[in-house]
Amino acid sequence: MDYFVELLFSGLTRGAIYALIALGYTMVYGIIGLINFAHGDIYMIGAFTSFIVATVLSIYGFPLLAIILLAGVAATIWSSAYGFTIEKVAYKPLRQAPRLSPLISAIGMSIFLQNYVLLAQTSDFLPFPTLIPDFEFMEPIAHIVDSTGLVILLVTAVVMFFLTLLIKYTQIGKAMRATSQDKTMAMLVGINVNRVISMTFVIGSGLAAIGGLLIATHIGQINFYIGFIAGIKAFTAAVLGGIGSIPGAVLGSLILGLTEAFATGYISSDYEDVFAFSILVCILIFKPSGILGKDETKKV
Amino acid sequence: MKRKLRLQSIAVAATALFTVGIVGTGFAADTIKIGVAGPHSGDLASYGLPSVNAAKLVAEKVNANGGIDGKQIELLIEDDVCKPEVATNTATKLVSSGVDVVLGHICSGATKAALPIYNNAGVLVMSPSATNPGLTKSGDYPNFFRTIAPDDAQAQVDVDFALNVLGLTKIAVIHDKGDYGKGFAEFAKKYLEESGRADVVLFEGVTPGAVDYSAIVQKVKRSGAEAVMFGGYHPEASKIVSMMKKKRLDAAFISDDGVKDQTFIKVAGEAAEGAYASGPKDTADNPLAKVALQEHKDEFGADPGAFYQNAYSAMLAMINAIDAAGTTDLAALKKALQEEKVDTPVGNIYFNEQGDAVGVGFSVYQVQNGVFVEM
Repeated sequence: MDYFVELLFSGLTRGAIYALIALGYTMVYGIIGLINFAHGDIYMIGAFTSFIVATVLSIYGFPLLAIILLAGVAATIWSSAYGFTIEKVAYKPLRQAPRLSPLISAIGMSIFLQNYVLLAQTSDFLPFPTLIPDFEFMEPIAHIVDSTGLVILLVTAVVMFFLTLLIKYTQIGKAMRATSQDKTMAMLVGINVNRVISMTFVIGSGLAAIGGLLIATHIGQINFYIGFIAGIKAFTAAVLGGIGSIPGAVLGSLILGLTEAFATGYISSDYEDVFAFSILVCILIFKPSGILGKDETKKV
Repeated sequence: MKRKLRLQSIAVAATALFTVGIVGTGFAADTIKIGVAGPHSGDLASYGLPSVNAAKLVAEKVNANGGIDGKQIELLIEDDVCKPEVATNTATKLVSSGVDVVLGHICSGATKAALPIYNNAGVLVMSPSATNPGLTKSGDYPNFFRTIAPDDAQAQVDVDFALNVLGLTKIAVIHDKGDYGKGFAEFAKKYLEESGRADVVLFEGVTPGAVDYSAIVQKVKRSGAEAVMFGGYHPEASKIVSMMKKKRLDAAFISDDGVKDQTFIKVAGEAAEGAYASGPKDTADNPLAKVALQEHKDEFGADPGAFYQNAYSAMLAMINAIDAAGTTDLAALKKALQEEKVDTPVGNIYFNEQGDAVGVGFSVYQVQNGVFVEM
């Protein structure tokens, strides 16, 4: 039983990690139907920004909480700026182009960002500082879920909660939903669609930056390539849950994380990816738009 | 009389010219082209760049002393980012630039992919670091030599250490599914089972680059292993030791020379303390190694990284063989490498039929206060 609970929390932590990245994928897809392959690299840039800020601040002896908050804020702003710029530079000019063009542009952007960080920073793995200390009250259950894991779970839950509020009850949320349903119609009723799309990129990138900070603390190391594998898994999770749906992204991430953890725990970690992708295939056979996805035929 | 003398001298001069001409045909070009291939960028660059430095230093020294039989050494440096699919391009590029011998590649997978291309072109390849046993023992790569002991020797050293020094009886063997890591892990498992003194309680591969290794760590804990023996490279190793510490798993961590890198300690920090990793025997007492180390410090102002001494030795061995054979022909070089003993930073070595260096080996190191200490 203990073992089951341990694996359960391993899976939930992993799922929450995927969810923080998957949310950005799903938001952008929901609004403009684009799979933003550069999203994983935005997450990587968030991790690097928080690394630089945290390192500098810890030299000046700031308290840990201040470091986390300042690094988080800096990473969010910086990554959002990247997301905003990427949309303007790489996707907006292609909005009327066939669907494949922005997709290729996104892949190009991803490669560009990776190599830019490789050249501007380093190819080495960098030790990410431990920003979240081992809480004392966690000690009795530390073997099940560690403090960083707990923070990741809580942050994911909070982020999802506020995101749902934002989309359901605010003006920009309403505009987002309208744009996602029918872009032309939204424009006709006076919604500034360009602004809505920019906002989506800004919010999605900000979330990826928070993810970058937390995940890097969890893993303890970063390099320019971390965005790729994490991005692919998060994308898989978003598709699994129904791309375009925000609860779907979280649900898909948790299912993916739990599948991987239990496959590792009870069968073999050699096959964790096999099980993860088998689940994806099975669900897509029976529900092509994902678990919570809207039923409509769209070409990807 | 005077005229006769002049004729004679012309004849002598002509003969001399002719002789030089014949000797000269041993080399196709005016320079000896030595390829240097390995990861010079990307996440494993720290394994490849020290070899480039070693090649540069040796080539500079040899060139300053008049080269090999009067031929200057020219280095052709090519990046393979440790990826097999890139390594084949690297090899093709080097071969088409007319390379004579190659120092590299660094990673076993990349080396395996590149070797057939060099073999078809009759180019000798000597790696300072590719430790996959099959590279020499399979007999598939007749043009391959190395100045590092293969993984099975390394696994043997690690297993002996775990059984005899640490006295362990339950060991979990984990690898990163790669050529290098899995090769090491399979040998470790085989030797552990053959010894009959320890149980392999778990044998599994992890996915490199995964965001979280807590599930596999929980599994190790459940298996009751007293130690984790890991085959792979330092990025995964540091994630695993950090996770072991987080999950309060108190087991020894024993690994290979892919982990015996300062980056492992830098990244894993406190979690790395007490971890064991095997690596090439400490050659610090060897006078040639001291010279090589000093040259690197003088030229680059820092300590060399992984495989530097092996690369330095490989350069010396290849140059010595070219000098002895008087040609870069593969068969002649192989013969020279097998017959001529050469003094290098890793010891006085020669090569066996299969291409492994005789006289190099491994020992086990432990991380103590942030540095690797030989046990």
